[in-house]
Amino acid sequence: MGNLLSLTTFIPLLGAAILALFLRGNDEAAQRNAKWVALATTVATFVVSLFILFGFNAADPGFQFVEEREWLLGMQYKMGVDGISILFVMLTTFLMPIVIASCWEVTDRVKEYMIAFLLLETLMLGVFMALDLILFYVFFEAGLIPMFLIIGIWGGKNRIYASFKFFLYTFLGSVLMLVAMVAMFVDAGTTDIPTLMAHEFGSETFSLLGIQILGGAQTLMWIAFFASFAVKMPMWPVHTWLPDAHVQAPTAGSVVLAAILLKMGGYGFLRFSLPMFPVGSEVMGPLVLWLSAIAIVYTSLVALVQDDMKKLIAYSSVAHMGYVTMGIFAVNQQGIDGAIFQMLSHGFISGALFLCVGVIYDRMHTREIDAYGGLVNRMPAYALIFLFFTMANVGLPGTSGFIGEFLVLMGIFQVNTWVAIIATTGVILSAAYALWLYRRVVMGDLIKESLKTIKDLTFRERAIMTPLVVMTLLLGVYPSLVTDIIGPSVANLIGEYDTATAAFKAATAFASN
Amino acid sequence: MLSADLNIILPEILLAVYAMAALLGAVYTVKDGAASLLTWLTSAVFVLLAVWIGINGAGTNVAFDGMFVDDGFARFAKVTILLSAAAVLLMSEKYMLQRDLLRFEYPLLVALAVVGMMVMVSAGDLMLLYMGLELQSLALYVVAALRRDSVKSTEAGLKYFVLGALSSGLLLYGASLTYGFAGTTLFSGIVTAVSGDISLGLLFGLVFLLAGFAFKVSAAPFHMWTPDVYEGSPTPVTAFFATAPKVAAMALFARVVHDAFGGIVGEWQQIVAFLSVVSMFLGAVAAIGQRDIKRLMAYSSIAHMGFALMGLAAGTVFGVQAMLIYMAIYVTMNIGVFAFILGMERDGRPVTDIYALRMYSKAQPLRALAMLVLMFSLAGVPPLVGFFGKFYVLRAAYEAGLGWLAVAGVVASVIGAFYYLRIVYFMYFGEEGEHLDGKMSPVLWTFLMGATVVLTFGVINLFGIEPIAAAAAATLVN
Repeated sequence: MGNLLSLTTFIPLLGAAILALFLRGNDEAAQRNAKWVALATTVATFVVSLFILFGFNAADPGFQFVEEREWLLGMQYKMGVDGISILFVMLTTFLMPIVIASCWEVTDRVKEYMIAFLLLETLMLGVFMALDLILFYVFFEAGLIPMFLIIGIWGGKNRIYASFKFFLYTFLGSVLMLVAMVAMFVDAGTTDIPTLMAHEFGSETFSLLGIQILGGAQTLMWIAFFASFAVKMPMWPVHTWLPDAHVQAPTAGSVVLAAILLKMGGYGFLRFSLPMFPVGSEVMGPLVLWLSAIAIVYTSLVALVQDDMKKLIAYSSVAHMGYVTMGIFAVNQQGIDGAIFQMLSHGFISGALFLCVGVIYDRMHTREIDAYGGLVNRMPAYALIFLFFTMANVGLPGTSGFIGEFLVLMGIFQVNTWVAIIATTGVILSAAYALWLYRRVVMGDLIKESLKTIKDLTFRERAIMTPLVVMTLLLGVYPSLVTDIIGPSVANLIGEYDTATAAFKAATAFASN
Repeated sequence: MLSADLNIILPEILLAVYAMAALLGAVYTVKDGAASLLTWLTSAVFVLLAVWIGINGAGTNVAFDGMFVDDGFARFAKVTILLSAAAVLLMSEKYMLQRDLLRFEYPLLVALAVVGMMVMVSAGDLMLLYMGLELQSLALYVVAALRRDSVKSTEAGLKYFVLGALSSGLLLYGASLTYGFAGTTLFSGIVTAVSGDISLGLLFGLVFLLAGFAFKVSAAPFHMWTPDVYEGSPTPVTAFFATAPKVAAMALFARVVHDAFGGIVGEWQQIVAFLSVVSMFLGAVAAIGQRDIKRLMAYSSIAHMGFALMGLAAGTVFGVQAMLIYMAIYVTMNIGVFAFILGMERDGRPVTDIYALRMYSKAQPLRALAMLVLMFSLAGVPPLVGFFGKFYVLRAAYEAGLGWLAVAGVVASVIGAFYYLRIVYFMYFGEEGEHLDGKMSPVLWTFLMGATVVLTFGVINLFGIEPIAAAAAATLVN
C-alpha cells in the first residue's frame, strides 16, 4: 500500500465525481441516494484512514507513508504524515460521516450539498498530509470554494454578507502567505517541507523603511504566515468573520468549520511557523501569548452577552482557540501537547455543541436563546447530552476539554506567569457563559406555548451524538491515547526549535545585559 | 538568399495571400453568401498554420538581415494567437449570423489582423514592428465598428481609432527618437548601441515606445479606451479583442524590451513595474461597480495585463516564461468566459447585464458550474489554473527583487476577487429573476466546457506548457 495517503485523500473526491456524473433527478429517491452515497464514501474514507493509524509507528518522529511525484516547476506532489498531522487526519475522517448524517433532513439541492462536503473533505485531508509548500497552499486555499458555497447557498438569512466576509478575509490572509512561500521557494530553491524545515532562513536583523526588524527575513515570513493562520484560527482581533460565518452557515457547515477548518490554523503554526521560522517565532511569540490571553478573556465576555446560541458557541470557539495558540507559542512539551489535545477535543466538543443547536433549530427554526426554556421537561435525552457537552466545553475533569486546557495552562505557566493567570480566568468565564446558556435553554419550566409539542432526540440524532460522547469521555480518562502518538514528534520539534534559537537567545540576552 | 528569407515568412505570406484571395473571390461572386463558409475556412486555416508552426518550427531563423526573427518565442506567441483567433471565429459565426452581422469581410479582416500580429511578434526592427502593428490595428478598428447602424458600435470603432492613432503616434515618436540616438532601427543594432549610461533622448524614446505598447495591451494609465470599446463592439469582436491582440501586444512588448533594450533592464523595469501595479489596482477597483459583464471583463483584462506585466517587469528569462504562461492561461479563461457571454440571451436578444444571471444555477446547473470554475480561476483561487499563472509571475517578480510588487499584486487580487465572487453570488445565491434562454449553440457549449475542463485538470501538469514556455523564453532573453 504505497499510496495509502492519496487513496484516503481522494476517495471523497471519487464519491463526489460519482454523485456529479451518475446521479440524476431531484426526487426523493435521488436525494436519498445522494445522502447514502456520501455517507458510504465518508465511512469508507474513515475505514481506509484507520489503516494509516494502525500502520503508524509512533516512536518515529519523522514523516511516514511518504509519497513523492514530480509536479510543476520543481515542485512535487508529496504527501506524508507525522505525529502532529496524523490525528488531524483521523479527526477529519472520523467527523465527516457524522457531518453527512447530520444533514439528513436537508431537502434543498441535496446532491450539490453532498458534493460540496465531499470535496471539502478531500481538500481538508490534503492540507494535513501535504508535504510540499505549494501543494499545501493549493489544498488550503481551495477549501474556501466549497465553504463559500455552503455558507452562501444553504445558509441563513444574512448568508451573502457572511460568505463574502468569510472568503475575502481568509483570502487576504492567505495571499500574504503565498508571497512568503514564494520568498521561501526562491531562498531555499525547493518547496519540499521536510527540506525547508531543515533549511535555515536568514535571521540577520535589518531595517526596512527605517524600521529595525529583529529576526530579519524570518520575522517577515513569520508575519506573513501569521496573517493567514491567525485569520483561519481565528485569533483576536481578526476573528470577526467567524461569528458571522457560524451563525449563517447551515448546521453541518458550522460543524465542519468549528471542528476541522479552524484546526488548519493551529496545524499551520506547528508545521510552518515554529520549525521553519524559529527565530521569528521567538521574536513574535510573546505578542501571540498576549493576543491569546486577550482573546480568551475578551471573547468569553462577549459570549456572555449573546442572545443567539450559535454566536455564543462561536465566541466560545474563539476563546478555546486562544488556548491553542497560547500553548503552541509556549513551545514546551506540555504546551504543544496541550494545544494539539485541545484542538482535537474542541473538534469533538464544538462539533457536538453545534449539532445540539442544530437539533432544536430543526424543530423551532430559531436560534434565539429567549425562544427556549424548560426543554428538559420534554427532551430529557437532549438535556443530558447537551449538559455533557456543556460540561466538556467548560473543562470538567473526566472530559477531554479538561486535559487540553490543563496541559496548556501548565505549559504557559512555565513561560509567562502573568499570561497564565489571565488565561485561567477564562476557565471561570467559560463556566459562566456555558452554564448560563444551559440554564436559559434547558432548565426551568416549560411555559412557551410553541415548545409544548417539541419532540426528543430521534434515533438518528442519538446515533450521531454517541460517537462524540464516547470520544470525549475516552480522551478525558485516557489521554495517553493522544499524547503517545504526538509526543515524539512534538519533542523532536521542540528540540530543533531550541537548537535553532539558542544562538539568537544568547545574542539578545547579551544585548539586554 | 531571398528564397531563404521568403521561406521563413512563409506562414505570414500564406495567410495574407489566403485573405486577399478570399476577399477577391467573395467580392466577385456570392459576397455575404459565403460568409459562414469563410468563417469556418479561416479558422481551419488558422488551426492548420498553428499546427504547422508548432511542429515544423525549429531553431532561430533570421530573415531580411534581422528585420524578421522567427524563434521559439515568436512561435509560442503565434500558436497562441492563431488558436485563440480560430476559437473566437468559431464562436462568433452563429451569433453574427443571427444578428445579420456576418459579412464576409469579418473573417478576412480577422485574418489580416492575425497576419499583422504574426508580423509584430516576429519583428526584429522598429519599422517592421510598426507595419505589423498598423496592419493589426486598422483591421481591428473596422471590426469594432462592424455593427454600422448601432451608435455604440460606431462610437467604439471611432474611439478605438482615434486613441489607437494617438498611441501609434506616441510609438512612432519614440521609434524616431530611438533611431536618432541609436543610429539604427534594427533591434540587434539598438541593443549594441544601448548599454550602460544612456542619453536622455534615448530614454525619452524608450518611454514613448513603452507608452505606445501600454496603449495596445490596455495597461493603466493608458486603458481608457478599453471599457468603451469592449462594451460597444459586437460581443464576438470583444472576445477577439480580449484574446489574440493582447497576446500579440504583450509578446511585442517583451520582444522590444529584451531584444532592443536588454542592456538597460534597470531603466525600463521601473516603468513596467509602475504600469503593472497601476493596472492591477485599477482593474480590481473599477470593475466592482460594473453591471455590464462586457465592461466588467474589460476591467478584468486590465487587471490581468497588470499581472502579465509583473512577469515582464522582472526582466529575467523566468519572467518572460511566467508572462507567456500567464497569457496562455488568460486566453483560455477568456475564451471560456466569452463563450458563456455569447450564450447569454433572452428571447434571442443578447443580454450583458449581470443581474440577468440571478439564480442561473437553478435553470442551468452545468453551465453555471462552468462559469463558477472560470470565475474562481480568474480570481486566482487554487486548484484552478488561474492560480498557477499568478504563482509564476509572483515568483518571477520576487526573484527579481520586486517583493513590493508581489505584495501589491496579491492585495489587488483580493480586491479583484470580490467582483468575480459577485457573479457567482448572482448565479448561486441571489434572488430569483427573469430567466435567460435555455438554448446554447453546441459550439459555444463545447468551448465553455472545454475551457472549464482545461482550467480544472491543468493542475496536474499544465498540459506540459511549462517546458515549452521555458524554451521560448530562453530564446528571447540572452
